[in-house]
Amino acid sequence: MFHWLEKHPFFFAVAVFVTIAFAGLIENLPNFAEASQPTIGTKPYSTLELAGRHVYIKNSCNACHSQLIRPFKSETDRYGHYSLSGEYAYDRPFLWGSKRTGPDLMRVGNYRTTDWHENHMKDPAAIVPGSIMPAYRWMFKNLADIDTAYAEQVTVNKVFNVPYNKPIPMTDGGTATVKLAGSLDGAKADALAEAKLIAADMKDQDVKDMVANGQVPEIVALIAYLNSLK
Amino acid sequence: MENRPLEYDYTIAKLWMFMTIVLGIVGMLIGVILAWELAFPSVNLIAGEGLAEFTNFSRLRPLHTDAVIFGFTVSGIMATWFYVGQRVLKVSMAESKFLMVTAKLQFALYLLAVVAIVGSLLLGITTSKEYAEFEWPIDILIVVIWVLFGIQIFGLIGIRREKSLYISVWYYIATFLGIAMLYLFNNMEVPTALLSGAGAWYHSVSMYAGTNDALVQWWYGHNAVAFGFTVPIVAMIYYFLPKESGQAVYSYKLSLLAFWGLMFVYLWAGGHHLLFSTVPDWMQTMGSVFSVVLILPSWGSAINMLLTMKGEWNQVATNPLIKFMVLASTFYMFSTLEGPIQAIKSVNALAHFTDWIVGHVHDGVLGWVSFMIIAALLHMAPRVYKREIYSKSLMNTQFWIQTLGVVLYFTSMWIAGITQGMMWRAHDEFGNLAYSFIDTVTVLHPYYTIRAVGGTLYFLGMFMWAWNMYKTATAGRRVEESELQSASPMAA
Repeated sequence: MFHWLEKHPFFFAVAVFVTIAFAGLIENLPNFAEASQPTIGTKPYSTLELAGRHVYIKNSCNACHSQLIRPFKSETDRYGHYSLSGEYAYDRPFLWGSKRTGPDLMRVGNYRTTDWHENHMKDPAAIVPGSIMPAYRWMFKNLADIDTAYAEQVTVNKVFNVPYNKPIPMTDGGTATVKLAGSLDGAKADALAEAKLIAADMKDQDVKDMVANGQVPEIVALIAYLNSLK
Repeated sequence: MENRPLEYDYTIAKLWMFMTIVLGIVGMLIGVILAWELAFPSVNLIAGEGLAEFTNFSRLRPLHTDAVIFGFTVSGIMATWFYVGQRVLKVSMAESKFLMVTAKLQFALYLLAVVAIVGSLLLGITTSKEYAEFEWPIDILIVVIWVLFGIQIFGLIGIRREKSLYISVWYYIATFLGIAMLYLFNNMEVPTALLSGAGAWYHSVSMYAGTNDALVQWWYGHNAVAFGFTVPIVAMIYYFLPKESGQAVYSYKLSLLAFWGLMFVYLWAGGHHLLFSTVPDWMQTMGSVFSVVLILPSWGSAINMLLTMKGEWNQVATNPLIKFMVLASTFYMFSTLEGPIQAIKSVNALAHFTDWIVGHVHDGVLGWVSFMIIAALLHMAPRVYKREIYSKSLMNTQFWIQTLGVVLYFTSMWIAGITQGMMWRAHDEFGNLAYSFIDTVTVLHPYYTIRAVGGTLYFLGMFMWAWNMYKTATAGRRVEESELQSASPMAA
């Protein structure tokens, strides 16, 4: 049979394709059939948080920091409860990472504060002596892309039914609602209101001035995202 | 006409050879910069505070991996295909105007893609999925380039004179099909500006969320290694080692077994990237088990190659090209043993997220992929340019300097990775964590420095290679057809 295949390239190619596609079908399909359901307390991202997530992605933070706590005592001691599938239900893309040059950030919102992040992004080694993380000073000047964050919210809401403007069950038995504005201007106003709360906890006067003038620097959005990781 | 040997047309092969060298140097230069940045963070400011955004580790890292995978390696695959394809199918590119035109178009679009990729990654336009960072406009461009590559393969096969497909052609076909399937499925995304009328036009959101996204990504990520770093490089060694050594492939049956085995087993192994994650347990176990099974077909090819040298081992001492290829096979065996070991759950618990994985990738890519591509292009040069290789001693120097580079690289990363893994999990007598995270970073400084030195040595070797290739093309002694039967002619 193999001799015959080697003389018939078309059938050879078909045979190769079937052979390699087999494993993908068996391994991927069942999991897609039952896509994971969000755990209680898992919320979609607000506009500002999503803009911050884009800053995180833009600077490949996931190249050095994981967002996946494995079920080992050493990891739960260090980072918190191990990861559950449903916690990632609104993560497009997933940001598990593959290398920990720095610590895991899955629940960093539980143990770091706004001003810690602020100082750390400006000069990591000053906050954590010996750190090899570079500084990210341009984030204090560049503006966050609220438009694209809003575009993504609208898209996932329409295409994947991500529940914006709907009550979401929380762990305390209550509900929470994440707002999706009806227009881009509305989204910008929402993001700015959220940015003001973050900027109030920050020290950098330039950042405070920018936010007061209606601008949202990348650092503010990034901190909003990092604070949401719990 | 009838009795004359076939004149092959190397126009396209030459273009890709040039590209392979340029992108090999660029990709590895970025790698060297990254290695020094990790050892000495001030290197992040190599071009000053003003440009820090673009020389920062986080922006250069995806550029490094993509330049080496899609730049250096894919160019090497193309360069060798446009050489090997004609020869094993006994047909010249010049016989088909259509193939010549589409091949040139493919190269031109590739250049366009390179520019778009470098620009977008430096600007931070990325989807963040490893080795699939490109946004949808570039994805579409890449699909077009890949379809054109398929046209080249099947077009040349369509007009072939040699009816039976040689082993290397099997592997090239598999490369084409495998990458096509993986790339398409992993890059399924929805452009966000389309449905919302707002935001950046090039931005998209993944079709898959969370655990599903991770599953598709590592099904892709692991098998980009399979069909970018393993399958096409095996295609090369099956052609170039027998040709250079003048020995026939040791066993046809073993070739068959190894090929179909590899095709069937490789795809299962992607799950080993997701051990202890939120992916279903049975999938993790499958990934782990099949990774170990994968040793069989991998070693099948490697042993087949080493046995091809049976009775001719003296060539290793006299011919530096054979040296490169034999060491490449050895590194292949070594790397395909190391991978499965890391895929064993208990080992993975320690190794995952550490530099040991980085070491594994690099002993594979530097020791196996790059060595094979370097040797392949050096074998091609005398035949393409009708000149002998400019300097044998330079080749020998390159071989030793790069071998030393790889050894420094993987040994330092082994120690770094295992040290880090052990420190992360260490508890004191009261059950508390023994080390803070930063302790596990600062302890790695010496190993990061050794790695940077190893990488720099390897990079130097790349320059020697480029110089030797350049001088061969322009200043090597002219050779006759009769000198080109097996071992490449080379100056002292």
